[in-house]
Amino acid sequence: MKTENQKAWFFVLPVLLLVAFNALIPMMTVVNYSVQETFGDNLFFWEGLTWFEQILTSERFHAALGRQFLFTFLILIIEVPLGIAIALSMPRSGPWVPVCLVLMALPMLIPWNVVGAMWNIFALPDIGLLGYFLNHVLGINYDMTQDPIAAWATIITMDVWHWTSLVVLLSYAGLVSIPDAYYQAAKIDGASNWSVFRYIQLPKMKNVLTIAILLRFMDSFNVYTEPFVLTGGGPGNSTTLLSIDLVKIALGQFDLGPAAAMSLIYFSITLFVSWLFYTLMTKDDLN
Amino acid sequence: MARITLKNMRHSYMPNPKGPDDYALKEIDVDWEDGGAYALLGPSGCGKSTLLNIISGLLIPSEGQVLFDGNDVTPLLPDQRNIAQVFQFPVIYDTMTVRQNLAFPLKNRGVDEAVIERRVSEIAEMLEITDMLDRRAAGLAPDNKQKLSMGRGLVRDDVNVVMFDEPLTVIDPHLKWKLRSKLKELHQRVRATMIYVTHDQTEALTFADQVVVMQEGEVVQIGTPVELFERPAHTFVGHFIGSPGMNVLPAELRDGGAFFQGQTVAVEGAVTAKDSKGIEIGVRPEFVSLGESGIPAQVRRVSDVGRHLVIEAMAGDQKVAAITNGPAPIQGDTVHLQFQPNQTRVYADGWLATEKAAS
Repeated sequence: MKTENQKAWFFVLPVLLLVAFNALIPMMTVVNYSVQETFGDNLFFWEGLTWFEQILTSERFHAALGRQFLFTFLILIIEVPLGIAIALSMPRSGPWVPVCLVLMALPMLIPWNVVGAMWNIFALPDIGLLGYFLNHVLGINYDMTQDPIAAWATIITMDVWHWTSLVVLLSYAGLVSIPDAYYQAAKIDGASNWSVFRYIQLPKMKNVLTIAILLRFMDSFNVYTEPFVLTGGGPGNSTTLLSIDLVKIALGQFDLGPAAAMSLIYFSITLFVSWLFYTLMTKDDLN
Repeated sequence: MARITLKNMRHSYMPNPKGPDDYALKEIDVDWEDGGAYALLGPSGCGKSTLLNIISGLLIPSEGQVLFDGNDVTPLLPDQRNIAQVFQFPVIYDTMTVRQNLAFPLKNRGVDEAVIERRVSEIAEMLEITDMLDRRAAGLAPDNKQKLSMGRGLVRDDVNVVMFDEPLTVIDPHLKWKLRSKLKELHQRVRATMIYVTHDQTEALTFADQVVVMQEGEVVQIGTPVELFERPAHTFVGHFIGSPGMNVLPAELRDGGAFFQGQTVAVEGAVTAKDSKGIEIGVRPEFVSLGESGIPAQVRRVSDVGRHLVIEAMAGDQKVAAITNGPAPIQGDTVHLQFQPNQTRVYADGWLATEKAAS
């Protein structure tokens, strides 16, 4: 005899509530805004997909999206190889290991807005240590508040300073898990240092690197606080990344409809790229 | 292929070793013939892996020399020594195919493509992995991975020595036999000098022509499996080899004869020990029988292990094991133990102290 009841639902209920309140309901309000126009006073007018069309065809969105991709691309192309290189040069045993690990972890412990503020002061052309040094000691004309190139160089450097450690720590964890026998076998097989890296270290780091790149992609693609505090999106719009632009539309202009539509598009892009990357990286493991 | 000599070798992992206890290897002198199959046998931590790493060049000994065919190779790096080593856990290059794995040591040495092709297919055939050549190595079963690690060692036809560091640890028991006989067969085909490190007596005794038994950094005995079994030079060897191991019983010397529990015990030959200090009698359970007369003992346990019975009896406060084919005595019975004289020996401070019986 088979007994059937619906008790199991009660066990799922707590997590369902949790997900509903921290994700589904807020998300649905955004969906709600994205298809309507509001003038305050809780008056709403149905707009259908107008906002989506408007965002997707707007030059401003294209430009911000382009800057966002450029930013993410640049930091990944610097942080990943640099992180691997630092991890490779860290000692694998001995008294210096904890010292290196703590030094590496330090930048990540600093709150994001503090990082922005620190680098803002650090990079100010006439009074910041970096700004002063570049302008008055090296004689390079550097002013991140006026020059878009300088502004970009500064936000990229700041992100590299803040987040390379994450790649380092994850790569290092992958490296130390390689048994000595692999290195000994490679020595006996007459493998070069490059071969050791290419055929032993890199494959063994692949899983942690996938996670590192995924985390760095998501974080950098959604980054807001640090560049906002550092440059405020300027000079002009030159460092206005997607998230900064989104906040300008939502809170600066109070265009809730377009901002909601943009949020959903933004979210879909992040999700899609993450999914694509993860699928590509792990497809070898399946067969 | 080469003859391997270790001369006055000592090794310590400490920068400034003081006493002999600081040495992982104490005074090793061995000579291994070209083309022989040798086993290094000993419990974990006895220094056998250290010795292996010294031969392969992964470690430089604190003192002494490693000679290949009389040439000193002590300062040479592993890749310059032309050796091959198979580790406890299979080491394979995950991203390569089986074929690329096998070709890797040859490629690194700039061997001609056609030669690589020929050697790889030869070795693959020998190891019976030909049908897997184009598969990704990461997907292989553990025993095939270990075969592949061996293959990378054997693929070079100029190796001086192939070394195995407990290679069957991760292999399922039913595959151990297969792989072990494969190894034996490979040795007969390629005739390379092979050194096999293990703590498993069965592996050592079935693989090797000569077994080197080690304990606490010292070579205790070198001999054929039969020699180790029949005439252990040290109580440790007697204990370590055999199942159950040799009975080692405290004894006394009186008037040149050995006494156990007050009774005289006939041994193989003249006793060479001077005084009674540290004197023990060693006799394997296989040569202890139950009879009408002899040393009285009480049966404590009888285990039927299939082929024979293992009897554990107490002679006074000493435990003595005996192997018989029955009839089984009853637990608690008093029996009389007889030691076969030509297989009974006296040990002084652990070392053999009787002269060999005249045959």
